[in-house]
Amino acid sequence: MTQSNEELDRVEKKDLFTSGHRACGGCGQAMAARMVADASGENTIACVATGCLEVFSSPYPDPSWRIPFLHSLFENAAAVASGVEAAYKALNKGPVNIIAQGGDGSTADIGFQCISGMFERGHNVLYVCYDNEAYMNTGVQRSSFTPFGARTTTTPMGNRTRKKNLPLIAADHGIPYVATATVDDFRDLQRKVKTALSIEGPKYIHILVPCPLGWGHAGELTVKICRLAKDTGLYPVFEMRDGKVTNVKKIPVKVPVEEYLKLQGRYKHLFKKGVPTPEVAEIQQIANENIERFNL
Amino acid sequence: MLKQIEGSHAVAQVVAMCRPNVISAYPITPQTHIVEDLALIVGQGGLHAEFVNVESEFAAASVVLGASAAGARAYSATTSQGLLLMSEVIYCIAGMRLPIVLTIANRAISAPLSIWNDQQDSMALRDAGWIQLHSEDNQEAADLHIQAFRIAEETSLPVMVCMDGFILTHAFEPVDIPDAKEIDAFLPAFTPANIVDPRSPKGIGLYADPRFYLETRYILHRAMERSETTIKKVSADFLKAFGRDSGGFIKTYKIEDADLVIVSMGSVVGTIKQLIDELEEEGKKVGLLQICSYRPFPRHEVYHALKDKLNIVVLEKSVSLGRGGILASDVRWSFPRAEKKGRNFSSFIAGLGGRNISMDDLRYMVEKVEREPVELEFLGLKKELISDKEV
Repeated sequence: MTQSNEELDRVEKKDLFTSGHRACGGCGQAMAARMVADASGENTIACVATGCLEVFSSPYPDPSWRIPFLHSLFENAAAVASGVEAAYKALNKGPVNIIAQGGDGSTADIGFQCISGMFERGHNVLYVCYDNEAYMNTGVQRSSFTPFGARTTTTPMGNRTRKKNLPLIAADHGIPYVATATVDDFRDLQRKVKTALSIEGPKYIHILVPCPLGWGHAGELTVKICRLAKDTGLYPVFEMRDGKVTNVKKIPVKVPVEEYLKLQGRYKHLFKKGVPTPEVAEIQQIANENIERFNL
Repeated sequence: MLKQIEGSHAVAQVVAMCRPNVISAYPITPQTHIVEDLALIVGQGGLHAEFVNVESEFAAASVVLGASAAGARAYSATTSQGLLLMSEVIYCIAGMRLPIVLTIANRAISAPLSIWNDQQDSMALRDAGWIQLHSEDNQEAADLHIQAFRIAEETSLPVMVCMDGFILTHAFEPVDIPDAKEIDAFLPAFTPANIVDPRSPKGIGLYADPRFYLETRYILHRAMERSETTIKKVSADFLKAFGRDSGGFIKTYKIEDADLVIVSMGSVVGTIKQLIDELEEEGKKVGLLQICSYRPFPRHEVYHALKDKLNIVVLEKSVSLGRGGILASDVRWSFPRAEKKGRNFSSFIAGLGGRNISMDDLRYMVEKVEREPVELEFLGLKKELISDKEV
């Protein structure tokens, strides 16, 4: 199904993920889930992993979803979605959009095997990862998406490892479409969801979703922090088709990482009386490598 | 048609004729022949189904969960470590009331690693809210699969069909394989009640806070208890349609005037029957109570069959470490408190990790419990392999 540029660029507001859910104020994941649901439309099945999104949107008897919602466990959304897709094929039903969704823990850590299996088998499923860079539902513990230097409750002195690069790992499975996005740009995010759903096969969209509680910032800064994540180079926004980068969000004016870090409590320990520790230089180095690698 | 056929092959042929829409497969001995045969049947066009080769048993269970929630008749097979790896999903499937059928090629569990038969694997998942049916031989294994899909879909409960690994899965026996038309007449097309469908959006798998959770478990418990009616009816209908008495709750053999009754389940009941015949010729009256449905547990049937029996011995291929016989506990529990008095209950653990249960072993057991009740004994234990320090 090919869509015109006009259709792709239209911001969709269908309220398929309704208000009244129990997310914190300024929750990036709630914003992203709504944008994904509205972009994918009524003819969609959401297979959601256990985590913040599931907990704040699906308490019996008040779910926030106006599309079919299927939740089973923390680590199997991709395998459950594979089963839904297999059923639709076998029963000659559809077409339907099947979207598996999970946070960074359920995607990159405990559910990694199921996702790899879903990609490798070629199921016609879009996997959306809402990346808030730690296990937020259980109280801000480190995941393999926790960035270098960030403080979590299980890395109280700051995380010592770099973030696992799942978009590139996904692309290396040979899947046809991979994209990254943030919640500061509705149009871009929804365009990517619509593009992904127009392509047959497994797709992966990685969305950076700030968590005011876990990152230690005011709720109203969620969008600003996303912009800074992009403009520092710490979070490259791009699209890949068949393993090749085809589209990159260029940085208009490059911003030093300090401006991003200083807004967030999780990086507070990196500034002693306003003076940056050596970790800040390493974080700047990560940003510089991204800028060079993706030509941001 | 009667065919000399491997147990796994018989099960695969019958499962294919039950027309599952989605099959997930992950190899593990001694289950593998079943999914290999199904892969071939699907590949050669004998069954229109999605055959999904997954990356683990955990995914195998998750794929059939998703498929069933989307309205497909879904099937998988596993054993031992595979079942344990599935266990998180196994509970979820029952809680979501998805009528999935799963073959268990019963096998021991690690450590130490053992690929050989016992029933510790399915026993470990006995409390998950799955119906568990045990096969005596390959004919019954084949028959139980046909019944299992109907039971599952009529009760919205998942069903495990247990068959002893190697002893049944790899044994060649004559099996009467019904033809597709007969199975179609017995097993109507699946018409699921609650599925994920954009035309009628529903949430499946919502979470329940403390105001609701307790009731969900009570309802599931009652559904398991009430499935008794369906299990019996499907077995009775099967007898009418196919002329074979397969499945149901319990079976008995020469129990009427028996002084001693052996209770067991699975393929070992064949050996026990042979022993009973031999003992009969020697003038001893021993009977058998065979458990066909282990979950739900046939408490009332067990009680009624055994209420006049004063000497009861349970032989089982599993153990609750630190407690003892599991089936033995279930059998004792079937008696009202007052009626346990004056009755001898004995418990034997046997055949773990594929240890052969010989006629001599069984004869020893019978002779021992004729003399005195045995609280717990591991049958055929080689004392020379155990140092005093270890026990």
